[in-house]
Amino acid sequence: MGLRVLDAVELPIRYEANIAEVRRSARALAQSRGFDSFATAALTTAASELARNVWVHGGGGSAMVEDLSDGQRSGVRMTFRDSGPGMSAADLERALAGGFSTARSLGLGLSGTRRLVDEFAVDTRPGGGTVVVITKWTRF
Amino acid sequence: MGGPIPILKVGPNLLTTIHVELTDSIAEVFQQDVLRAIERTGAGGLVIDISVLEEVDTYVARVLADTGRMAALMGTRSVLVGMRPEVAATLVRMGYGMEGVETALDVDRGIARLASLKENR
Repeated sequence: MGLRVLDAVELPIRYEANIAEVRRSARALAQSRGFDSFATAALTTAASELARNVWVHGGGGSAMVEDLSDGQRSGVRMTFRDSGPGMSAADLERALAGGFSTARSLGLGLSGTRRLVDEFAVDTRPGGGTVVVITKWTRF
Repeated sequence: MGGPIPILKVGPNLLTTIHVELTDSIAEVFQQDVLRAIERTGAGGLVIDISVLEEVDTYVARVLADTGRMAALMGTRSVLVGMRPEVAATLVRMGYGMEGVETALDVDRGIARLASLKENR
């Protein structure tokens, strides 16, 4: 059985208050799909970091929250998009290594977030905005 | 005292419980309120209770650590108490161990920690 998207919600990130809405949406879905409290906190914190990046560094954008199933496990996939300044390949590499921040929290935000989720992908280029996709699955 | 987060004088210390989302604007007012309360009361210690928070991202963690550093510059020691297991695990996994921040399991132990810090000064 392949990957199925059961539901998808797109949330705008235009104001700081939207960060909390993204976080609450991630928490509600994780809890309804049976994530334990540690996995829920990890996903919710990752969502908070990435939503804040969209707001602070990307000048706003959106977060898509998707309810996944692979036939055995439930998953939550989140896609964060902004049309901000983006990053060069070298900057991205440094951000993922954790020692780089263009403003306040990007370096730690990206490198730390990667350690909280099961799947993590970034698509960015200078002037072309940034897209970050994370997925977290229930254990069994 | 302009912000939504109350700061109480309890014995020789200040006690504050973070019970709302720490947005940029709330965080700034909270830090100012804490520093003014220290000046006004001459409190020897500050206990910041985060037992209500279900998640703490690196932004909020930095606000909390900075608040303690600001208090320290004025001569007041602080201790962060009540961090949930999920929050501790998540922060360390992200590489944000909050080094240099005094912590305790709960408010009572936090107050005891402040007392022992004072003795050892």
